[in-house]
Amino acid sequence: MKFEDEPVPGYPLPILPGHTSPGRFERVLRAGQFAVTTELDPPDSADPEDVYRRARVFDGCVDAINATDGSGANCHMSSMAVCALLTRVGYAPVMQISCRDKNRIAIQGDILGGAAMGVCNVLCLTGDGVQAGDHPQALPVFDLDCMTLLETARTLRDEHRFLSGRKITCAPRVLLGAAENPFAQPLEWRAQRLAKKVAAGAQFIQTQWCYDVPLLRTFMRHVEELGLDGKVFILVGVGPLRSAKSAEWIRAHVPGVHIPDEVIRRMAGAADPAAEGRRLCIDLIQEIRTIKGVHGVHVMAFRQEHTVAEIIERSGVLNGRVPWYPGRDPQTNTSRMAS
Amino acid sequence: MYAVRQWSVRHARGLNSFYRGFESVLVALDPLFRRLGYERLERPVARVEKLVKGLLFDCRMCGQCILSSTGMSCPMNCPKNLRNGPCGGVRANGHCEVRPEMKCVWVEAFAGSARIPAGLEALRTVQVAVDRRLQGRSAWLRAVRERVGAAP
Repeated sequence: MKFEDEPVPGYPLPILPGHTSPGRFERVLRAGQFAVTTELDPPDSADPEDVYRRARVFDGCVDAINATDGSGANCHMSSMAVCALLTRVGYAPVMQISCRDKNRIAIQGDILGGAAMGVCNVLCLTGDGVQAGDHPQALPVFDLDCMTLLETARTLRDEHRFLSGRKITCAPRVLLGAAENPFAQPLEWRAQRLAKKVAAGAQFIQTQWCYDVPLLRTFMRHVEELGLDGKVFILVGVGPLRSAKSAEWIRAHVPGVHIPDEVIRRMAGAADPAAEGRRLCIDLIQEIRTIKGVHGVHVMAFRQEHTVAEIIERSGVLNGRVPWYPGRDPQTNTSRMAS
Repeated sequence: MYAVRQWSVRHARGLNSFYRGFESVLVALDPLFRRLGYERLERPVARVEKLVKGLLFDCRMCGQCILSSTGMSCPMNCPKNLRNGPCGGVRANGHCEVRPEMKCVWVEAFAGSARIPAGLEALRTVQVAVDRRLQGRSAWLRAVRERVGAAP
């Protein structure tokens, strides 16, 4: 989708009335399109080309790319740096900020810096505990939690000041997001928690992997009962499973991932498990898109990023729409200049 | 102690009413506290508070107690210090992702709040970021000064 006030895609867009960011992702959401986001696996390297190579596999099938912030408490290239590289060529990243590694001083600085580089979307996370990752001996910071992080970002953006009260001269124009897990205990509290996040400033939500549509439906019904539809864009997390064995492993070892037995059985009975995993993912996307209040999907295809394009294409959710990517419109000059 | 902490959540209703009464007594004592000087009282009161709340709730003395809003389950016992609800990693059995042997403090908070009148309502309030300067200070004295409207 190309916007008429977008002569050079990749440059900040004029902020429309009712919009908070100059980003394409918000435009797509507010235009009522079914949005697709995904996650870039940040490299264990200092080579920028590693980032670009990983971003290019999503060309033409996603509206925004999440730059993860030490996900799973493992060390990788920082979210900030991945965003710097992505915005340099015009991609629309979602900058993830986790509370695990940084205190409020560092976080506020990152939000300003991110927005200055052209980041239009920020996802506020608590973050995984350090015990989950490759540096369990590290100090967990958790100065803020996801809720106070949302409030902090909103304060910067809407009140033009730091938490300390000190004024900032140019506010970060960012769309604020948060995560939610409709599939973790206490289930009856999850929609309430979403309401709390919306009250704290969340404008879009990306959920944990969904393999249990009935549970999602219940959650979405609660969301509707709480009057949240229309107040927040919900993107449901999906992803291809590789095999029954890996599904079992994820279920046992990755906190917060719920995979029902019948999914494992379906995977176990398949002749080509990887293909069946993709098929399952497509089936889930097609079922999820019909649920009221769902505005898109967030495809997390960890170590299977090359399958995202095929999954999105076959699911048909983009309806022929081709999200912008560098080089989509060869006639426009997309080279960046410092102005 | 973990067993006592769980007992406290089961008796959230009683503990909450007791605290309401206790706080009113403290508020009534404000003129006396003023005469003695809040700063002078800080250390002895904090020591008693740590003893009592440490026993009942495994209190971490954050100095800005919200137990009445969390069903008497202390959120500072969450390994991520979450004061606004559970993270997404809660296990299917309701236990903590970081410390699997412990029940999620927010699963407990939900159960405890259901026992307190208007407890579930309180759970919906967005709690502000923790002021780390208050660590180790008495939340009781702070609550009194807030109630009587003096500068905290």
